[in-house]
Amino acid sequence: MNWHEIGTIEDIPARGARCVTTPQGRIGVFRTADDEIYAIEDHCPHRGGPLSQGIVHGNAVTCPLHNWVFSLETGKALGADEGSVKTIPVRVIDGRILLGLERALMAAE
Amino acid sequence: MRAHTKASASCGTCTGLVEKLMQLSLGDSYNPTAVQPMCSCTELGHDEVRRLIKAKGLKTIPAVMQELEWKTSCGCAKCRPALNYYLVADWPDEYADDYQSRFINERVHANIQKDGTYSVVPRMWGGVTSSKELRAIADVVDKFAIPTVKVTGGQRIDMLGIRKEDLPAVWADLGQAGFVSGHAYAKGLRTVKTCVGSDWCRFGTQDSTGLGVRIEKFMWGSWTPAKVKMAVSGCPRNCAEATCKDVGVICVDSGFEIHFAGAAGLDIKGTEVLGLVKTEDEALEVIVALTQMYREQARYLERIYKWAKRIGYDEVRRQVLDDVERRKAYYDRFVYSQQFAQVDPWSERVSGKDKHEFQPMAALSFQQAAE
Repeated sequence: MNWHEIGTIEDIPARGARCVTTPQGRIGVFRTADDEIYAIEDHCPHRGGPLSQGIVHGNAVTCPLHNWVFSLETGKALGADEGSVKTIPVRVIDGRILLGLERALMAAE
Repeated sequence: MRAHTKASASCGTCTGLVEKLMQLSLGDSYNPTAVQPMCSCTELGHDEVRRLIKAKGLKTIPAVMQELEWKTSCGCAKCRPALNYYLVADWPDEYADDYQSRFINERVHANIQKDGTYSVVPRMWGGVTSSKELRAIADVVDKFAIPTVKVTGGQRIDMLGIRKEDLPAVWADLGQAGFVSGHAYAKGLRTVKTCVGSDWCRFGTQDSTGLGVRIEKFMWGSWTPAKVKMAVSGCPRNCAEATCKDVGVICVDSGFEIHFAGAAGLDIKGTEVLGLVKTEDEALEVIVALTQMYREQARYLERIYKWAKRIGYDEVRRQVLDDVERRKAYYDRFVYSQQFAQVDPWSERVSGKDKHEFQPMAALSFQQAAE
């Protein structure tokens, strides 16, 4: 696991998200109303919608394409839908956000 | 049923069947007329929430949620956009729009597509354009290698497949040619479709194009519970298809026949006649009053035809056509709210508003990641 600084909490609107492009695909980085930070892959398992563009509520996001709802904590779909997105390790140190990217993918380069 | 099976949760055309099923399984204990809660965050229905927002003078989303005892900490993707609309509609001069409570399309002022790219539709007032405008569009299409250009049902040109990062630059070029947002993404006034009317047509009785442009210039930018599509036809041959619109006008020799509550989507329904007025000014006043009544009373995402059927066509006629004073009051409230609503969202973003929205937070390359 390698940690990469991507910016600060203030770069993300509260109850909002930004995306980060990485060698392992697009990652959505979310900030909740309580300033908790989560990262998940930016790709809905249903039809590939960019989850970072959805409405953030509680610790969940609603996909902008067909309204599937995902837990930001577990990556699991909530409600009647089944599926999950990969969660990405994230750390916040003094307001700076770091993403943990996979060693394997980087070694492959 | 919706929460567990998703039946009747998307386009809603199977709702009747689902209700029958529930009636069959639950018998008398199922009450189809019971108030439907806005969403699972509250027991209250839309009408009750709207009433309480006014009665208690609630002016922010957190205030609504606290005062009305919302069950979730910050709502959900159903109630937040609804509350955001109700607050904008009820307190046009005081409420600061909550950007994070808008659906993506209304947040970025473009329409998201299945692959995550966006489409852009500039406003063409009344569907009228010019060589200068068409050249500007052609240049933008070439410059940004826009893959698809499509003429829409509302007499506009749609450019599809634009990357989100490119949106502000596309808008900047379109803005140079005088274009503003066509609000093709909005719960608001979409388009006023027109025919060529008395300017060109041998059957045209009035300047339908001119009236359409006038209505559109007057009403653009206003937020409504759901999208509003209009049309003006210059004669009863109805080339602008005004009789299946939310609001339509059929021009006749004696004046303007105003229609409302049509639909040509999930449901197909011809319009109801609201009434005949003699002048363009009167037609505009009635249409604006009707829209304001709808803005103040309808439930979020409820189209005009559903709202009007629910409260009664005669009631609408009584309030915006027969009761002249009331009509004037609706009209004045619409005009007042327009001073806060008529700001071109594209030029705002070209000037740097919400810049973070259009750029990735970071781009990690292989090299960086390998370090």
